[in-house]
Amino acid sequence: MTRRSLLLGTLSAATLSDIAKAQGHAQAAKASKAAFGYLSAADAHEIEALASQIIPSDGTPGAREAGCIHFIDRALATFDRQQRELYRTGLAAAQTKRSELFPGSRTLAGLADSQAISLLQAIESTDFFKLLRTHTVMGFLAAPEWGGNHGMAGWAHIGLEHKMAFQPPFGFYDGELK
Amino acid sequence: MIRYRPADVVDFVVIGSGASGGVIAKELSTAGFSVVVLEQGPYVKEKDFTHDEFRVGYQSAIANNSKLQPNTFRSKPSETAKAEQRYSYGRLVGGGSVHFTANYWRFHPDDFRERSVFGEIPGSSFSDWPLTYDELEPYYTKAEWELGISGLAGANPFEGPRSKPYPLPPLPVKSSGVLFERATRKLGLHPFPAPMAVLSQPYRGRGACTHCGWCETFGCEMRAKSSTLASVIPMAEKTGRCEIRSGCYVRRIQSNDAGRVTGAVYFDSQRQEVFQRSRAVVLSANGVESAKLLLLSGSKRFPNGLANASGMVGKNFMWDLGGLVSGLFDHPLNEYKSVQVSRVIHDYYAADPKRGFYGGAGIDARFNWFPISFGLDGLPPDAPKWGADYKKMLGRYFTHTFSTLSHTTSLSVETNRVDLDPTVKDAWGLPAPRITFQLHPDDVKTLAWTQQRQVEILEAAGATQIWSYPLDDIGVSTHLMGTMRMGNDPSRSVVNRFNRAHDVPNLFIVDGSSLVTSGRQQPTATIQALAYRASESAANAAKKGEL
Repeated sequence: MTRRSLLLGTLSAATLSDIAKAQGHAQAAKASKAAFGYLSAADAHEIEALASQIIPSDGTPGAREAGCIHFIDRALATFDRQQRELYRTGLAAAQTKRSELFPGSRTLAGLADSQAISLLQAIESTDFFKLLRTHTVMGFLAAPEWGGNHGMAGWAHIGLEHKMAFQPPFGFYDGELK
Repeated sequence: MIRYRPADVVDFVVIGSGASGGVIAKELSTAGFSVVVLEQGPYVKEKDFTHDEFRVGYQSAIANNSKLQPNTFRSKPSETAKAEQRYSYGRLVGGGSVHFTANYWRFHPDDFRERSVFGEIPGSSFSDWPLTYDELEPYYTKAEWELGISGLAGANPFEGPRSKPYPLPPLPVKSSGVLFERATRKLGLHPFPAPMAVLSQPYRGRGACTHCGWCETFGCEMRAKSSTLASVIPMAEKTGRCEIRSGCYVRRIQSNDAGRVTGAVYFDSQRQEVFQRSRAVVLSANGVESAKLLLLSGSKRFPNGLANASGMVGKNFMWDLGGLVSGLFDHPLNEYKSVQVSRVIHDYYAADPKRGFYGGAGIDARFNWFPISFGLDGLPPDAPKWGADYKKMLGRYFTHTFSTLSHTTSLSVETNRVDLDPTVKDAWGLPAPRITFQLHPDDVKTLAWTQQRQVEILEAAGATQIWSYPLDDIGVSTHLMGTMRMGNDPSRSVVNRFNRAHDVPNLFIVDGSSLVTSGRQQPTATIQALAYRASESAANAAKKGEL
């Protein structure tokens, strides 16, 4: 069935110990304000520049404020270790494309918004971009224990209030019945 | 909880603790028998359930993990199957009844006699069941009352007769339900409150649903979802005769030269093989895993696998078919709150030869998206995938969208089957199940025809935008039906009308595999009704010394 295939098709399955490790890792990083478990600070800065165009910070929190880069770092440090190579080659290809499109530029983070958008449009169909998009969206909307969605910024953006209990009416149309 | 030793010969070993196994464990232990339930997954309690979508939905926290237990898949017998996950089941005590959406429809009377009513369907092994709706009705009622089902009797004019109403009133209608109800009435259809295995009021020591909204794929922290974990398994344990032994992955059902089963061999959590002896075995592992296990349990006496003299084990696999159509509305729906489904129609359930194909559908109004799945795939397929417009749409659509899901016929086809992959193994060294499956042409037509009905409903509901998803992707099946079909003819079926194996007198097979037809999906109520009926029959036979 379509929806379920989408749900299951995105990431390879990790083991439970990976999950525990990733969660422990994320908590420890938050507590100690440690930088990153896998990414170098420089690479993290560059990847975050791309992620922050996937979900921009246009007046409300985006990937940057939600800390999606920390989710990505946790992924590469733990449950998605096998994707490290794709990030490495993908980032290198993005840098090459940057030099081609914007000679004289030195970093992804240094590009103007319009330039970064053009660059992403140029690499939109690559496996690297697709994975980065998946990780960024996941980081924005996964439970905060996974390293992103800081202060539940992602959930606030989509209008989800996280509570254990609600009372009807839940929305406008069932409210009309009252 | 009582602990048996493997050398103890218990009355029954039950393999699997899900929708069926949980019911059987309770029925047999309360009837006075000693029971060991072997469950491959962990014994997780309500306090351990979470709203962690990433862990539950993407890391298989309470479902089968295809990295450890792969399956292979191909469309046709001529192809070489490739490893790709194609089925999903709850892998914990309570099984799929823990993580299911909790839709709880009875099959209709015609589902049991479709072959007689509609005639032969070319290319399908379509058959009547060896029992009628009327014979199963008391067990549907028993399941509804014992497990705790919320619904409104009489509201579905297409349902068969029922001997008792639901024990609990329906859950509150959601905005999707209000819009769906208005639209379907406008179209002359008959919407009814969704029958759900979720408590709308406190019931038998369990609390009512608090509408947190995290049902599908999740376990319920409130014990309001009427899983076997929350309902009947505690009753089984309370008898002092039933041991739920988790972390036990059965690799073989043992049989002797007399052609009787003598117990089950499993890997314990240290991957040591243990043989639990028993007088009889009930196999309730699900339509794929049960088939796999029978095929792994061959012997000199049973060269083609246990209970497989007919060669029918694993054949006639029926898939979880349906399509999703979503609509956008002007005002907030906040569908993420409360159970996923509140209104359903069965107007298109019956097949109608005038449509030019065989098949039918139930359609429900639902929102079974969660934050990550919606962020990745919830927007219309042509919507931006990233950037400012993507972000803006996400902020509006999550709270303003609901979907209709069709639940459509999967015709039985003998070449659609589960067998053992010749090369791929799981992490324990057991052969991976190999799934061969191709849609019957009428199933394709049913899906497409029903998609048009879903669009009409969303239009009538006033959706400002409507979008759907490709129907040719059958994805991952969560309803695993048909592989050990029930029948009166031992050469064409695996179990008899009481779920007893034709070839092995002290083996019962009770799960989705017994289903002869797929109904319109939502098989849990029927699986559980069969489980109550089979337990009664097994208990009577055991008492008379006939097992």
